[in-house]
Amino acid sequence: MKIEISNGRIIDPANQLDEVQSLFIADGKIVAIGTAPAAFNADSIIDASGQIVCPGLVDLRAHLREPGEEHKGTIASETRAAARGGITTLCCPPNTHPVIDTPAVAELVQRHADAAGFARVFPLGALTQGLAGSAITEMHALKTAGCVGVSNAMQPLGSTLILRRAMEYAATHSLTVFIHAEEAALANNGCVHEGAVGSRLGLPGIPIAAETVAVAATLALVEETGARVHFPMLSSERALQKIARAKYDGQPVSCDVSAHHLHLTEIDLLGFNSQCHVRPPLRTQRDMEGLRKGIANGTVAAICSDHQPHEADAKLAPFGATEAGISALETLLPLALRVVDDGVLPMTQMIASLTDQPATILGVEAGTLSPGRQADICIFDPERYWTLDSNSMLSRGHNTPFLNWEMKGEVTRTLLGGKTVYECT
Amino acid sequence: MKKKNRLQLDDNGKLKHFLTIEGLNRQLLIDILDTAESFTSVTEQTVKKVPLLRGKTIVNLFFEASTRTRTTFELAAKRLSADVLNINIQASATAKGETLLDTLRNLEAMHCDIFVVRHADSGAAHFIAQHVAPHISVINAGDGQHAHPTQAMLDMFTIRREKGEFHKLNVAIVGDIRHSRVARSQIHALSMLGVEDIRIIAPKTLVPTEPDAFGVHVYHDLREGLRDVDVVIMLRLQKERMRGASLPSEHEYFQLFGLTEEKLELAKADVTVMHPGPINRGVEIDSAVADGPRSVILQQVTHGIAVRMAVMSMAMQSHLPDTAEGAR
Repeated sequence: MKIEISNGRIIDPANQLDEVQSLFIADGKIVAIGTAPAAFNADSIIDASGQIVCPGLVDLRAHLREPGEEHKGTIASETRAAARGGITTLCCPPNTHPVIDTPAVAELVQRHADAAGFARVFPLGALTQGLAGSAITEMHALKTAGCVGVSNAMQPLGSTLILRRAMEYAATHSLTVFIHAEEAALANNGCVHEGAVGSRLGLPGIPIAAETVAVAATLALVEETGARVHFPMLSSERALQKIARAKYDGQPVSCDVSAHHLHLTEIDLLGFNSQCHVRPPLRTQRDMEGLRKGIANGTVAAICSDHQPHEADAKLAPFGATEAGISALETLLPLALRVVDDGVLPMTQMIASLTDQPATILGVEAGTLSPGRQADICIFDPERYWTLDSNSMLSRGHNTPFLNWEMKGEVTRTLLGGKTVYECT
Repeated sequence: MKKKNRLQLDDNGKLKHFLTIEGLNRQLLIDILDTAESFTSVTEQTVKKVPLLRGKTIVNLFFEASTRTRTTFELAAKRLSADVLNINIQASATAKGETLLDTLRNLEAMHCDIFVVRHADSGAAHFIAQHVAPHISVINAGDGQHAHPTQAMLDMFTIRREKGEFHKLNVAIVGDIRHSRVARSQIHALSMLGVEDIRIIAPKTLVPTEPDAFGVHVYHDLREGLRDVDVVIMLRLQKERMRGASLPSEHEYFQLFGLTEEKLELAKADVTVMHPGPINRGVEIDSAVADGPRSVILQQVTHGIAVRMAVMSMAMQSHLPDTAEGAR
């Protein structure tokens, strides 16, 4: 099967490519960009004129809910939603039921993803058994079973000693440790940012210090252990300052932010809007701008969806009793593009933070259009307007504060290994 | 804030739900006070009833324990000739989410007219108001640390009776402001009614985050904060709300923030002392002050009935059919 994607604006940040060209695919792999290889007779031609052709997006954090919470979503339903969002590679955290703390569960997740065939799924293994925060997992076995890193998800560790040992052991096996920067004692069962809005609404707050204390403690242990650490979803400007400093000092650390933290602030909580109940919480305007700046100046390596589909009932309760999270795969790209439209950073840099840079953090072969690579490709029309409505969502979870938002930029086709897994009709 | 406006007021700007003081307006607060004033005579008659809400059913839906608030709501409803149903559902893991909605659906099916709701979660009354059938009014009797608007209004009623006007007053609120829904509602009501100098007095551990957003002056020294105040509102030290190490001991708290006759000397000579109850004698207030001539603590309880009658009758008025509206 030979495919030509013709006349699209091809953006491949890893190869510093941004020009209108044609791209050629044979046997599921990219074979050339620009000039067709000798004797290339395309079986099908995809006209991409007026559209952007970029590597399939790489999402560092998407909860697929399987195994264990299939009423919220399944690997098949959620990876299909990913394909609609132009995402071809995603990383899922280990907080499934059972937890991904054994090779069996890690393999099950990948097997189901392969069977569904919409996206490549790379699991994170649990840092501690059952995510209970005390005994470390068989990280070597997890790595062999396909885990690309280890994480304790949102669960606290018993002590900084356990964190230190876990980091040392992960470093032994060259596994990146994904650390959710939230000091549990300071978070104190809060559910919103500790600030003016939370104070007004009488909702228990999570102070910025819960994040900065966790970042600082972890960074101190990075210096001690040499472990490679990635901080998912930082929410505050102050935490980014610490990361920037550590990177400047040459520490092996990186971080990402979620797309919703680039658009929403604590103000959006007014009226007790449970769709805005997320963790880490939405913080101030200043933090939101700090996160945007962090992507532009390179402190933040990636933008993730932090996809968390829920059944409707999970959000139908008084604010504090609702479950946190947004169904976000289908809005990752347009929300990122909106930041480009706001003039924060150029398109190529934004695409880098959705493709090549997160792939590097995972250490997987994805996120570029280099000849020889799997033809995982996202084609989108950057000028097309569309409105997010719950009936058209492919994710099983329709929980999103962005319902009825007018989005600019729509995925028209997604290819996984040269096969069309989504096409906009 | 617009959202709240829409939720609490009907198309004619009348009170439909009473969830929080925020988003209401000065005139509406004054209407509540005036209506309450007209009901005070009812509670002093030998036959303490008016037929305003005859045939209406009011449900006291209490997910959190309360004696005083529930009782005064019940009395207020009965004096308006309504039927009253008291339902106590101790907040447990199962009394949340689906169960809460299911409870509402069941009560709706029994054709009730007003839900008086107390719940441990901030925003619970909003949640219920957003999901009940349109013929039902929701009155917030305290939600988490968010709001307790009828308590605030009975306090405003008491202040107006004692002082007449609001705008020249200095009012101090002392104690655990951070965890207090009463304080939040009082601050909004005082500022909406024109009080310019609202002070909160507490150690830093009990001051809410970003107090500037409330438009109050913060004091950490009781003596300094009490200087020349017209009204001092003492809050109950809500031990059950304390998370973590907010205070070293009741003893030190009383020494620094407990109201005594001696400290009260710093306030204006005709200072009014208030407390939403129940009182912790010797913790936040000395018995001599609580029972003294400047205390109006028991009057507050009495006024609570008239104010709750006012709020319930006003909320029911918003449900009058349009034809009746047009006939006026």
